[in-house]
Amino acid sequence: MPTVAGDQGAARGPLIGVLALQGDVREHLAALAAAGAVPTTVRRPDELAAVDGLVIPGGESTTMSKLAVLFGMLEPLRSRVRAGMPVYGTCAGLILLAEKILDPRSGQETVGGIDMIVRRNAFGRQNESFEAAVDVVGVGAVDGVFIRAPWVESVGAEVEVLAEHGGHVVAVRQGSALATAFHPELTGDHRLHGFFTEMVRSAG
Amino acid sequence: MSSTLIPTSQTPETGTARVKRGMAEQLKGGVIMDVVTPDQAKIAEDAGAVAVMALERVPADIRKDGGVARMSDPDMIEGIIEAVSIPVMAKSRIGHFVEAQVLQSLGVDYIDESEVLTPADEVNHSDKWAFTTPFVCGATNLGEALRRIAEGAAMIRSKGEAGTGNVVEAVRHLRQIKNEIARLRGYDNNELYAAAKELRAPYEIVKEVAELGKLPVVLFSAGGVATPADAALMRQLGAEGVFVGSGIFKSGDPAKRAAAIVKATTFYDDPKIVADASRNLGEAMVGINIDTLPASEHYANRGW
Repeated sequence: MPTVAGDQGAARGPLIGVLALQGDVREHLAALAAAGAVPTTVRRPDELAAVDGLVIPGGESTTMSKLAVLFGMLEPLRSRVRAGMPVYGTCAGLILLAEKILDPRSGQETVGGIDMIVRRNAFGRQNESFEAAVDVVGVGAVDGVFIRAPWVESVGAEVEVLAEHGGHVVAVRQGSALATAFHPELTGDHRLHGFFTEMVRSAG
Repeated sequence: MSSTLIPTSQTPETGTARVKRGMAEQLKGGVIMDVVTPDQAKIAEDAGAVAVMALERVPADIRKDGGVARMSDPDMIEGIIEAVSIPVMAKSRIGHFVEAQVLQSLGVDYIDESEVLTPADEVNHSDKWAFTTPFVCGATNLGEALRRIAEGAAMIRSKGEAGTGNVVEAVRHLRQIKNEIARLRGYDNNELYAAAKELRAPYEIVKEVAELGKLPVVLFSAGGVATPADAALMRQLGAEGVFVGSGIFKSGDPAKRAAAIVKATTFYDDPKIVADASRNLGEAMVGINIDTLPASEHYANRGW
């Protein structure tokens, strides 16, 4: 079987990183693998430089932002996102992709990439965390798991709204940047990760 | 809420197992710090804590003061909730479901049914399925962890020996849990029934653990972590994050030590970063050798 190595090379999915400063990294790695990508963790600038696309996972947005500054990841993230690297943020990741946060914690930085203003913990504290079906443009109905979730308060003209819940924007796309306020990585439904993997593939 | 409804949206459902367990998934890789004042909570948040545990006295002081340790004053917990935007946890006594009801009504994000407080019931833990607020519980071995999960715990932590600054018990408990999971992995289906009996845990959960090769909920370490290297040790042993109790605010320079422990927890597998995080931290908490403690003061023995 001398051709196997070559075939695998041709069929191999894009290398997609998961920012692993903190948060539900393992679930995203599993969802990306199931969606046909080659997943890897990213904690350092050289690891970031190697990937074709990046997922910013759920976690605590203030913590993740502080760690990104502390470990010299903020500027490398900004420059790669600005240069058009496909990126997908869930929950805390959505907050990090916003140009502006309403009521940010002092010194809370974002990566940016999507022209939107977000409200943190907009749906409430943990007791208000919920599940509900959400219709996502281009993907269909998915189980939305919202955990102390943010929503998108307003978007710029370039931003496409992909989903709403209760009258609030909860999924958006601007060019190669995708973001959801909910956590598809917790559901075992890999369609959104498949959608993102396709974005990465077509950008490559 | 606006009246605009998406046609496919069902009524939102709160307090589901996925929402409770999923909350703990978001804390992974992070440090949860014990704090007794809003100012300490802010120091913890600024240092990069993923959550704070609001309580009146850290375990080291509970040990020193003796007496019955109970749920904290609601005013004090609310003060901390208002001071920070990261999640706030608080402790109820084992089996004291009314303290847990109070904590839920205050809007805390997680309830720790904790052996650090004096148990209120010597037989029963609280029925955690009855709550919207998720629970974290301590465990010294796999059977104990699975019994807590059966009662509805959405997150497990090793018990360790809180308030001692001595990591030896946390290491023992984490190794015990990991070893027992590894053993289950090797069992065939016939053996799982006897294993469930031995573990004194429901067969369904035992089978799930055998298949997953891990707990069905997030596993953190707690009890005795005092240094960046302690935190990195627990991560290398398989903890998905760490609780630090007395170790930070009983040390010489809490802000610096808190940030250092966060750093070492993220880069637990990089000794150079752990070394840098360990420099010039000032005095660590003094610590206690566990074998000098009378048996009645071993918190890990509380709960069953």
